[in-house]
Amino acid sequence: MLTQTSKKGDLLLLLGFVLAVAFGPIILQPFGAGYPDLLQKFAIFGIFAIGFNILFGLTGYLSFGHAAFLGVGPYTAVWSFKLLTMNVVPAIIFAVVVSGVFALLIGFVSLRRSGIYFSILTLAFAQMSYNLAYSVLTPITNGETGLQLRQHDPRVIDTMFGINYGAELPSTTLFGIPMSGWSGYYFCGVVLIIMFYISMRIFRSPFGMMLRAVKSNQNRMNYTGLNTRPYTLAAFVISGMYADLAGGLMAVTDPLAGAERMQWTASGEVVLMTILGGTGTLLGPVIGAGAIKYFENIFSAFNEGTLLQIFSFLPEGLQHAAVSVAALFVGEGWHLTLGALFMIIVIFLPGGLMEGVNRIMRLFTKSGSGGSSPQATAQPAE
Amino acid sequence: MSSNSFNRRSLLKGGVALGAGLAAPTIFTSSAWAAGYTNEPTGSTVTFGFNVPQTGAYADEGADELRAYELAVKHINGEGDGGMLNTFSSKALQGNGVNGKKVVFVTGDTQTKSDAARASAKRMIEKDGAIMITGGSSSGVAIAVQGLCQEAGVIFMAGLTHSNDTTGKDKRANGFRHFFNTEMSGAALGPVLKNAFGTDRVAYHLTADYTWGWSQEGSIKKYTEALGWQTEAAVRTPLGAGDFSQYITPVLNSGADVLVLNHYGKDMVNSLTQAVQFGLRDKQVNGKDFAIVVPLYSRLMAQGAGENVKGIFGSTNWHWSLQDEGSKAFVKSFGQEYGFPPSQAAHTTYCQALLYADACQRAGSFKPSDVGAALEGFEFDGLGNGPTLYRADDHQCFKDVLVVKGKENPDSKFDVLEVVEVTPRAQVEYPADLLGGELGPYNNGG
Repeated sequence: MLTQTSKKGDLLLLLGFVLAVAFGPIILQPFGAGYPDLLQKFAIFGIFAIGFNILFGLTGYLSFGHAAFLGVGPYTAVWSFKLLTMNVVPAIIFAVVVSGVFALLIGFVSLRRSGIYFSILTLAFAQMSYNLAYSVLTPITNGETGLQLRQHDPRVIDTMFGINYGAELPSTTLFGIPMSGWSGYYFCGVVLIIMFYISMRIFRSPFGMMLRAVKSNQNRMNYTGLNTRPYTLAAFVISGMYADLAGGLMAVTDPLAGAERMQWTASGEVVLMTILGGTGTLLGPVIGAGAIKYFENIFSAFNEGTLLQIFSFLPEGLQHAAVSVAALFVGEGWHLTLGALFMIIVIFLPGGLMEGVNRIMRLFTKSGSGGSSPQATAQPAE
Repeated sequence: MSSNSFNRRSLLKGGVALGAGLAAPTIFTSSAWAAGYTNEPTGSTVTFGFNVPQTGAYADEGADELRAYELAVKHINGEGDGGMLNTFSSKALQGNGVNGKKVVFVTGDTQTKSDAARASAKRMIEKDGAIMITGGSSSGVAIAVQGLCQEAGVIFMAGLTHSNDTTGKDKRANGFRHFFNTEMSGAALGPVLKNAFGTDRVAYHLTADYTWGWSQEGSIKKYTEALGWQTEAAVRTPLGAGDFSQYITPVLNSGADVLVLNHYGKDMVNSLTQAVQFGLRDKQVNGKDFAIVVPLYSRLMAQGAGENVKGIFGSTNWHWSLQDEGSKAFVKSFGQEYGFPPSQAAHTTYCQALLYADACQRAGSFKPSDVGAALEGFEFDGLGNGPTLYRADDHQCFKDVLVVKGKENPDSKFDVLEVVEVTPRAQVEYPADLLGGELGPYNNGG
């Protein structure tokens, strides 16, 4: 998606994106995904993947520890809920600032190396944070149980303004608007749109061009006398702040912070999302994030009863055979389906789902298909 | 160039328009808008949500819980032999569903992770319209899901969760627990340990590092130290560690003569097996035989650990070899369905499903505050634990506690535990304010 950009095209893309977010509940209803919790997850992980893509898609630095930032966000946000106020604005600001500092520290060390060494360093940092959250930092993180709100939290700012939640457990609000359910989704959606726009601006900026140059040949840039470290560090910090924003939103929609969000599997998940959707594309990571969350929440919930219903049009014997085969791929087996899908996409569409979309588009635009479509070349997933 | 963007636009526009057209009517009819309380059932069915671990360290327990839930739904709907419905002291349920509605259910995988458990509970509440969530094989998960149910305004019937906190400092009005807790385990185990090992012992704890482990460790310390035991050390181990050798090696030279394993599920199977392999049980320390105690026992775990459980003490909520009418009816009906006896996890979840259905029937409503009022202070019998009370102050059940021991000469592969003592309810009761926390008001959502 490097070439072929115009102001008009971008505007249309953004407009389409806004419409998709606005009508998300309606569009996804037929797929069984039109309920607030899952849509919130789409938006939150969309932000996470967009941020990851700024680092991985543009500079080619594959961070295997991005979940560390995603994990820090909820802790910061929940502490803000506990100590300051149930309003989400300070929580999100704190989450982003704290993780910005955190990303600066990790990035400063990790970016001294590139390629696989960088990946391993970030993985090590993430595992360290995970284990710290689990054991040493238990007073702050509440370990495995996770950090939760309580009736008797101080909430200094709320108390100052005389807001009393009584005996009931308070819930998060945006100046009085509850942040669960549909209003929570639209809040996440608006943030997603803003973040998408910022990412688009970065992609189109000279800064973005510099990051792409790092990806294509860092040595050459160094030889020309350019110090690339500030650029990569900036990308790393921006990306970390995106992840933390996503983490903060998680706590906003569901005020609980747990260490398992920092586990290496969560770091791997965002890599999958980005590659599945299309590395280095604007829209790809969001689509990838949606696809993975859809599988995780919908496919994993199919049980034999549901399958029997689906195959009820078949004769009895065939129905049970079909169910026993299909049962391998749903329920606990959703990882298997995801794995198979991932392999198919990496083998046949190395550019991710976005490459598929582009190929389909080119079928319709015969005129432009002569050979001047440089964006279609596969970007191997390191 | 321009043709490309034109087509992207048309595709996007087309897609959006198509989607909007297809689904426009559904959002306005979404049930989220109406209803006096969350997920008020309006049709001829009512949906229960069964949220159990299908993967992870507690997957065995989760699978058994799910079997029990399916059995309970059958019995409530009048299929099968009725199981413990026949022995249950309350006769409100007629075998025709609840309040005239047939019970259906949806399932979810907690993965023994708070996050995943909340996501799957949310799906069941928001998408599938579950009126009640039940399950959980980990206290961390149970507490997280209980908090969620309180926010969402549905009842949470806790499954296998043994931490004091579930009905202690993290209790919620919408949450109810049938299972016992570590305080009761400690109170029941104390006298038995005194008889078996005396009052001059040095204990070493290995503790699963989460709310249940901490709670278990605290309770056992409290009651053993009251006997005169010393606690040498209490080491926290991560949940699902798999290999415990690095934690067991230091025990050998610590000077302790009792090892307390505050582990459950596969963790307990692994740590106990390794402790025995390291020769702990053949050791003599301070002139006494080295002993191992597993405060929370289950038949599934004992089976997993095989030979190694022989002679090891622990406590349990229920055991299939009990000879009261309720237990016999449940074992018979579960055995007919699945071909083996139920575990304590299966028992407690079956009871919870039945107790919830019965409370709804007696209340004549599914409204959380009405159902809660029907459960609070409810005295019942015939569910395998003798006379039981659902205490109103903390939504905790009080009943007899079983102290069990690994059997020396098992008759079958299921017959691995023997009941040493049935500790009467009066001995394990404690004042409700001992554990702190407050219930707060019911949340009906809506």
